Amino acid sequence: MLRSLFQDVHVQSLMLAERACVYNMLINLMESREAELKGLGADFVFGFVQSMDGERDPRNLLLAFQIARTIVKRCYDLGKFAEELFEVTSCYFPIDFTPPANDPHGITREELIQTLRDVLTGTPRFAEFLLPLIIEKLDSDVQSAKLDSLQTLAACVSQYEHKDLAEFLEGLWSSLRREVFQTSSEKIESAGLAALTAITSCLSRSVLNSDSEDSLCTFLDLVLKDCKHHLSEPDLKLVWPSAKLLQAACSASNRASHIITAAVMPSLVEQYNSRAECSHRRTLLEVVQRFIQPVKNSQSSEKEESVFVAFRPSLCSMVFSALTENNSSLQVTAASVLTSLAQQTGLLLDSDIELAVDHLTRLLLTEEDDRVSLAVVECAGALAGLHPAAFITKLVPRLKNEMFSEPMDQDNNRVATEQQSHHAVRKRCLSALAAVSTKPSVVQESTPVLLEVLSSAHTGSIRFSVDEVVSACRSLQRIAGQVEDTEETGRCFHDIIIPRLLSLALQAALEGEGSPGRRSPLLEEVVLSAMVPVISTACSRLQPTLARQTASKAVALFLNGDVSFLPDNSFPSNIQLLKQQGDSWSQSQLVCLLMGCVCSLPRSVEVPQLDQLLSELEEMSCTCSHLLSYTSAAKCFAGLVNKRPQGDSLDSLVQNTMKRVCSELESASSSVHTQAFTLLIWVAKALLLRYHPLSTALTDKLFSLLDDTGLGPMAADGFSLLMSDCPDVLNRSVHADIRIMYRQRFFSENSAKLVQGFNAAPEEKKPNYLKALSNIVNKLPKQVQVTELPALLTLLLEALSCPDQGVQLSTLSCLEPVLIDPPPALIQQLEALINRLLALMSSPTMNVRIASLRCVHAISSFPEHEIMPFRGRVLRALARPLDDKKRLVRSEAVQARAEWFLLGSPGGR
Amino acid sequence: MSGGTTLENANPVIFQRSGERLQAATDADEDIHDPIDDREIFDMIRSINDPEHPLSLEELNVVEQVRVKVNDEESVVGVEFTPTIPHCSMATLIGLSIKVKLLRSLPDRFKIDVHITPGTHASEEAVNKQLADKERVAAALENSSLLEVVNQCLSTRSI
Repeated sequence: MLRSLFQDVHVQSLMLAERACVYNMLINLMESREAELKGLGADFVFGFVQSMDGERDPRNLLLAFQIARTIVKRCYDLGKFAEELFEVTSCYFPIDFTPPANDPHGITREELIQTLRDVLTGTPRFAEFLLPLIIEKLDSDVQSAKLDSLQTLAACVSQYEHKDLAEFLEGLWSSLRREVFQTSSEKIESAGLAALTAITSCLSRSVLNSDSEDSLCTFLDLVLKDCKHHLSEPDLKLVWPSAKLLQAACSASNRASHIITAAVMPSLVEQYNSRAECSHRRTLLEVVQRFIQPVKNSQSSEKEESVFVAFRPSLCSMVFSALTENNSSLQVTAASVLTSLAQQTGLLLDSDIELAVDHLTRLLLTEEDDRVSLAVVECAGALAGLHPAAFITKLVPRLKNEMFSEPMDQDNNRVATEQQSHHAVRKRCLSALAAVSTKPSVVQESTPVLLEVLSSAHTGSIRFSVDEVVSACRSLQRIAGQVEDTEETGRCFHDIIIPRLLSLALQAALEGEGSPGRRSPLLEEVVLSAMVPVISTACSRLQPTLARQTASKAVALFLNGDVSFLPDNSFPSNIQLLKQQGDSWSQSQLVCLLMGCVCSLPRSVEVPQLDQLLSELEEMSCTCSHLLSYTSAAKCFAGLVNKRPQGDSLDSLVQNTMKRVCSELESASSSVHTQAFTLLIWVAKALLLRYHPLSTALTDKLFSLLDDTGLGPMAADGFSLLMSDCPDVLNRSVHADIRIMYRQRFFSENSAKLVQGFNAAPEEKKPNYLKALSNIVNKLPKQVQVTELPALLTLLLEALSCPDQGVQLSTLSCLEPVLIDPPPALIQQLEALINRLLALMSSPTMNVRIASLRCVHAISSFPEHEIMPFRGRVLRALARPLDDKKRLVRSEAVQARAEWFLLGSPGGR
Repeated sequence: MSGGTTLENANPVIFQRSGERLQAATDADEDIHDPIDDREIFDMIRSINDPEHPLSLEELNVVEQVRVKVNDEESVVGVEFTPTIPHCSMATLIGLSIKVKLLRSLPDRFKIDVHITPGTHASEEAVNKQLADKERVAAALENSSLLEVVNQCLSTRSI
């Protein structure tokens, strides 16, 4: 049957559909009758070659390529027709096909490229034809052809053996070299580098025969010959392409990296030592860095000696000398080279590490440049994870000494600057202590130092500024967040650090804000707010069983005044932390620490005495007059409500709270409107996040407050709190119950209410609605914004002409991302939009001017025919902000105007 | 940049890019007037693309901040640029790109003078004369193929 098909039917003279029929027939036969077809021998291949010769339709080509792929992959006998089969398929290479717009067949260029590539790279028998073809196509001027050729090259050599490649190596190399040296496109460059890696690894796979020469060596010699000399000209353009090529070859195999590093490293080191200019040295170091980095991946799997063992002494001395150099970028680079060196298993000796720690410590204590200290801290962090011992014995004690020494203040003139630099040293030490504490053994040593900072700051034995105390808390938080979760570290945080923090805060509170003379920094709101995340990170992350104990101790402390677990216990026995005593806030504000603890437990951990706790928190949040205290109480209440299991007790709790809040809000004489409102909004958020059915009642109350004379603006701002992520409670890291897409759901259920409310509201209340709307829309994911925009566009445009600058700004910031990919509805309103934006460019507020300029900039990438009519007007309008008195405004105007000038101009876009 | 053509200067010296301008505290203050200064002008021109290399004029050291002079009160700007080689055939084009970029980015009140750093180009005088002649600049920009190349130099690089 096949024979007659091939002999009697001239496939290419048939219509498109019939040709497709033939191909499908072949595909089916190949699936069901593979053995018989193979029996036909090379005739089958020849028949197929004849029938597909001249095919033009992409749909049929795709089928034909599939057949050819099967022939190649399933090892059909190609006989003497290998070249014919190659010819008939390769004439389509590289594919240049753009599907017509609204193409119903859904054939993409990528599909065609991929199937053809599978055919061409399927068998080493095509090597002798394919490689010259690729070399030829690389000469093409068409970028996509180059890219396709390079990718095909990388794909084919993974199938080949070195003898298939041997005769083309020189040609391939010179094409690759040219592409990487001269290209302007990163895509082509990386495709070229990938192809080089593929070739090198193909050559590395080959088994050496005694009679043939080592083709890997020959090839790498070629590469080295062309690239190595560029490495000795560190200020010329070709350094980087050369380095990249060498590194690409290096990363292919162990053998390749041995050959190349052996050839390159000595000369790089020598160069480094002979060059005096810092910029040269830095480039050389960066090159070295890139050689060391990629090797790490291939090394880690095999337990082999690092390629760099032979160069260890010279590399180390190079890095250390760079660290002592007085040039910040050189130091930064050296720090990252040091990190890479340390990551090479077994490369650095203990003595090297100790020397490195000495250098890092010295830089931490003396170097003022921010970039350097950041790099040093990072490097110290990476090294400490690998070699903790040296950091425990050297760095930690040294930093501690330095922090606890007080600057001498005898000479009044020098005091200010000296204190400032001492302050900077302390802050660097604090952040370094956090960075190095990744291993439990280091944490055991570093956290006591941080705690000592807090207690000395409290007692005043050594002076620490509020800022420094906050940094110490941040460091503790960072440690809690990064350390491995082991029993040991869990005990460290739950048994030592948290009780100690609570104890210090309580001591400070009992001394009170009224104590004569010096006031403990631990009374400050910023310090307490920095302690909260230490507690909450530890409770949410480390050892749930221990966290449970911590929580019950904390609850006992706040409800019953049980101070037995606190260290330095000299507290009175009648402590009542959840009751405000008169106007004193020093004790009531400690509730934020309670919040940090009980609101961040995993949901499986129960909080003891929950009902009593909730009722006292509600009482406090509705009566207390101190902002931090009542807000924290409300947040704590909300955090607990969010995790409370569904059921009647939760419903009645919420209803009672709601009743209380509403009655406070409705009584005109009440002095706690703000407090009640705060509780309302936090509880609403807690319920909204978990889709609780009662949340609607609360959010409806919020909507109705938009009409309230006193609370209206606050309610409008409240929507931003409702929609955004909160850093300390009700977020995912503290295990809050958050359903996905709660924002979209809230928006789609309520946007109509907002629009209605807006239309019904009296003129002076309308800004509240606009503000609420822009607060909500601002936080929606972009896809939702784009789909919802048509319905809201009129309202948003209205918001742009609203005189309230807050509304303008928040509307502009939600418009800007939408403008990048504008929906059709927006384009219909272009005239109105542009008018309003141009008007806002002369706003008295610079942030509004900047935001509107950014929007105008974004509009320049709209479809050309839509915006061309506005070009002249926009360019004229943009001339004015070029002379704005603020530089930031001018620079936005310059960028926007440049794009609008390019619009519709030859060579523009 | 195709495979076949060779470049006049295939391996030029590359200079480091300066970082973004650091923001001063006064930048955010509504009431303070920030004058246009040298760095601001330099920021306008440093990212212009070289017509030949995928590099900016700053990376090739064709423009440097010390060769930019501005006087905001008198509304005068002077820029000197240095071609990478004395026979660079692109000098006029580079000068024109700088001039056009400044015309588009500065308020009308400024008088803009762009010329070659003295002693760095073979036909320095001729190029300077062309760049200083308003009518010739205007005429050059009427030429759409010339405008195309200038616009390409002024485009923000997409790849």
